[in-house]
Amino acid sequence: MREQVVMNAEAIERHLKRMAREVLERARGGDLAIVGIRRGGVHLAKRLRFDLAQASGKEVPLGTLDIALYRDDLSERPNAPVVGPTDIQFSVTGKTIVLVDDVLYTGRTVRAALDELVDFGRPRRVLLVVLVDRGGRELPIAPDVVGAQLEVPEPEQVEVRLVEEGAGVDEVIVRTRGQA
Amino acid sequence: MIGRHRHLIGLEDLSREEILLVLALATSMKEVLRRPLKKVPTLRGKAVVNLFFEASTRTRTSFETAAKILSADAVNWTASSSSVSKGETLLDTARNIEAMRPDLLVIRHPAGGAPRFIADRVGCSVVSAGDGAHEHPSQGLLDMYTLAEHFTRNSGGAKDGAPDFATLSGRTVTIVGDVTHSRVARSNLHGLLKLGARVRVCGPPTMIPPGIEALGASVYYHLRPAVEGADAVMMLRIQHERIGDPLLPGTREYSKIWGLNEKKVNEWLSPSCAILHPGPINRGVELSPEVADGPRSVILEQVENGVAVRMAILYLLAGAAPAEPAEGAARA
Repeated sequence: MREQVVMNAEAIERHLKRMAREVLERARGGDLAIVGIRRGGVHLAKRLRFDLAQASGKEVPLGTLDIALYRDDLSERPNAPVVGPTDIQFSVTGKTIVLVDDVLYTGRTVRAALDELVDFGRPRRVLLVVLVDRGGRELPIAPDVVGAQLEVPEPEQVEVRLVEEGAGVDEVIVRTRGQA
Repeated sequence: MIGRHRHLIGLEDLSREEILLVLALATSMKEVLRRPLKKVPTLRGKAVVNLFFEASTRTRTSFETAAKILSADAVNWTASSSSVSKGETLLDTARNIEAMRPDLLVIRHPAGGAPRFIADRVGCSVVSAGDGAHEHPSQGLLDMYTLAEHFTRNSGGAKDGAPDFATLSGRTVTIVGDVTHSRVARSNLHGLLKLGARVRVCGPPTMIPPGIEALGASVYYHLRPAVEGADAVMMLRIQHERIGDPLLPGTREYSKIWGLNEKKVNEWLSPSCAILHPGPINRGVELSPEVADGPRSVILEQVENGVAVRMAILYLLAGAAPAEPAEGAARA
C-alpha cells in the first residue's frame, strides 16, 4: 500500500474558500441551504457553511443526508449497510440546495442523495459541490463546483482525511495498492 | 442478518451487540417515520407475509406499517379466515405460503416454538411476532428502546436526540402481572439483563414461574417493595381467559392488590419512574385511567417506537442479498 498526498491542509482551505465564492456566484441570490452527504460530506459541509458566511455575511441552514436506505446495491450485499442519521430540519422546497460530498466517483451516491433529497420537498435548484472529482462516472452526473479534478484509475482509492474525523492533519491522499 | 442470525425468534438468542445493532438502527428508522413523506425505497420488490395464527391488531398493523414505509409489499394472512379452520397443519400452511416466494415471514402463533419450527423448515427469514408464552422479541426491543429514550431524557440528554442505550445499565425495571404466561416479560427479561439492567418481577405467586431467579430476576410478591426505587414499571395485561381461573379469582381483587392507581403511583414511585404497558390496556384493572393517561405513561411512545424497531428488524433481515440456502438448514 502506497499513499500519496495530493492536497494538503492549506490547499483544502484555499479550495474551500474559492468553492464558497463559486457557490455564491452560481446560486445567483437563491435561498441557500447546505446538505452534507454522510459521512465524508458532513464536515466539509460545515466548513463550507462557515466560508459562505464569511463571504456573504449570511448563515445558511445545514443538514445531513445518509443514503443507505436509497442504495441501488442492497440486494447484492451480504449484509445490510449501517444507516446513520439523516437530519434535515428545514423545508427544502424552493431552496437552492448545496449538496456536498468529499469525493465524486461513480455518481451512485449522488443519485441516491438526490432521490432522498426530493423526498423532503422540491428544491428550486440543487448544486453539487465536491472537494475531489476523481472521474470514473457510471451515471450521467456532473458536479457544479469542484475543488480539484484528478484522473484516478479504478484500483486506486482517494481518501479525504479531516481533523474533525480524528485525522492528525487535513489531507487528501491517493492510495495505490503496492507490489509487495 | 442480525449479526449472525437470519431469523429473529427470541432475545435469548441474541448477544448484547446484536441487540444494540437493532436498537441503534431504530433511531435512524424513527427519523424516517417522522418525515412528512414517510416512504423510502429500501425494500422495493421484497414481500413480507404476516402470518397470524392468533388475534393481534397492534403488532400486525405495526409490522405492516413498517414494511410499507420501507416499500416492501406486505400481505396479511389470518388463521381465522383461512385453511387452518379447515384443518391444515402448521407446516403445510407455512410451505404453501413459502411457495408464494416471500422474503420474510412474520409469525404470531399461540404455541411457543412455532416460529422456530417454521424457521427450520423454510428458506426465507422468519420473525416471531409472539409465540405462546415463549417470547415476543420485537416487543422486548421496543420496550428497551422506549426505556432508553426515557432514561436519556431524564439524564439531561436532548429531548429529540438519539437515545443512549448505555443508560439502561444499572437501572431497575419492575415487571408486574402474569409473568408465567407472558412472552413480553420473557423477552424483556432476556434483553434487559443483557444490557445491564436489573429486573424485578412481581405478581401473585400463582403467576410467577418457579425458578425465574435463575435467569437473573428478583422476585417480589408484594407490589409496594417491587416498585419502590424502580426506574420504570412495566405493567402486563391480564388476559381475560385467566380470570375466574384458579390462578386469579377476579379483576377487582387483582386491581386492588396488583394494579396501579394514582394514589399508589404518587406514594410509591420515584418522581422519574416511567410506566409502560404492552397494550391493549384493561383500564381499571392493571392501570387506572388516570395513570394510563398520566405524565409518567410512555405507552404511546412504545407504539411509535414499535414501528421504528420493526423497520430496523425488517431492514436487517430483508435488506441485503438473501442468505445462502445452505445456511437454511442450520439453526440461526
